[in-house]
Amino acid sequence: MKNKPTVGEILQAKGVSRRGFLKYCATTASLLALPPAMIPRIAKAIESARRPSVIWLSFQECTGCTESLTRSAAPTVEGLIFDAISLDYHHTLQAASGDQAEAARHAAMEENEGGYLVLVDGSIPMGNPGFSTIAGISNYDMLMETVAGAAAVVSIGTCAAFGGIPGANPNPTGAVSVGDLVKDKPIINVPGCPPIPMVMTAVLTQFLTFGQLPEVDKYGRPLAFFGQTIHDRCYRRPFYEQGKFANTFDDEGAKAGWCLYKLGCKGPTTYNACATVKWNQGTSFPIESGHPCLGCSEPDFWDKGGFYEPLSTGNFGSGAKVAGAAAAGVALGAVAAVAGRRRQAKYTKEA
Amino acid sequence: MTSIDNIGVQVQAVHGNVRPILNEVLHALDKLIDNNETTIIDLAGLPFGPGELDVLEETLGKGELSAQLDALGSSRIQETTYPGVWWIEHRNAHDEVVGRYLEITRIPEILSSQDADICAGRVSLGEQFE
Repeated sequence: MKNKPTVGEILQAKGVSRRGFLKYCATTASLLALPPAMIPRIAKAIESARRPSVIWLSFQECTGCTESLTRSAAPTVEGLIFDAISLDYHHTLQAASGDQAEAARHAAMEENEGGYLVLVDGSIPMGNPGFSTIAGISNYDMLMETVAGAAAVVSIGTCAAFGGIPGANPNPTGAVSVGDLVKDKPIINVPGCPPIPMVMTAVLTQFLTFGQLPEVDKYGRPLAFFGQTIHDRCYRRPFYEQGKFANTFDDEGAKAGWCLYKLGCKGPTTYNACATVKWNQGTSFPIESGHPCLGCSEPDFWDKGGFYEPLSTGNFGSGAKVAGAAAAGVALGAVAAVAGRRRQAKYTKEA
Repeated sequence: MTSIDNIGVQVQAVHGNVRPILNEVLHALDKLIDNNETTIIDLAGLPFGPGELDVLEETLGKGELSAQLDALGSSRIQETTYPGVWWIEHRNAHDEVVGRYLEITRIPEILSSQDADICAGRVSLGEQFE
């Protein structure tokens, strides 16, 4: 680890100027919801950080999470963070296969004992080890062997975080989440189907910058991104307050861009950052494109009733309960905002 | 139909963020005048509706000075019609916006030549004489 180059050295070797680096640090602060006053500290920390080893395990998954993260072909500012890590094992991306691939995983584990990160996408089948194997090793055995010497585990996507679609009723493979199996390591959940790429890189950046994982909510999700509901941050929220709803996908309300609550939007009960970070190069997010939020970053989202059924008629019971849930969402959002400011104040104080 | 703009959907405008941000800028200008204190407003964390950012940008307008930075993608540093209020937009190599800020200051830090770059440039120029 000591012989590995620092991130500053890597960036310098790539010809990144100090201005470019400051630009990177500014966008990093923005990603982590940290105050701009933190930029100098972030710059100092990243410059001297050494390249961490990352082992990425893919189990019962569709590769959508990897696709979300790696879709960009050219280097991006946030992509730099992946230049700054040593991705020592990833089925889809690595050139090696078979014994050589497994040897790379073991070598990374031995060389970085106690200091490497394990990223997991996909759930783990417990019904029968043969449901999903890699190089003849069951997903369970590979997970437990790999996390034994890890500093922390990051569950990428709803399948790894909560069981996801493989774990949906009737769960034919007995799929479970990483957190159901790993009990003695810090676990960060970055759910979403897929997760927002910038959230994944932000978690890694936080680890790289501060040597610690971010503050999390009760489901192990980083508060900086999952502290408020989609509904709290939705630009269509004023229409909800005014009682202006789309009732069908082609009525006047839909054309006017009114609230999609009655078309099944799960925004009031879904915690994620889509409404501000957005998708497709910051173009929009599902609601902005006229489709209700499916709630894909919440546990058991696939089994919570119809996607196009209003929350008030789904598994949430009566309309009164939903009104309560929405109000609670607002209150939680306010609490999260206060917590976020406290977090910012804490980091500013430490800087 | 030639583009998505031809779809007959007229989204009702929601511009609830513009006035509060302008108010924040006003207070930031007071801090700059009274205490020489810089304020940076990170626009990425705000839930802007379609077109709302454009309204904010149009309201602030373009002032006398504009600079283009080319480092890890382009960046636009534009003084608005209100001196001391700068619109800063960072893009990556794909020309995607990765950061957008309002900086209320006399001169944005990123415009200054940086010590590390000055030193590297000094070495590079010195090599011309070896």
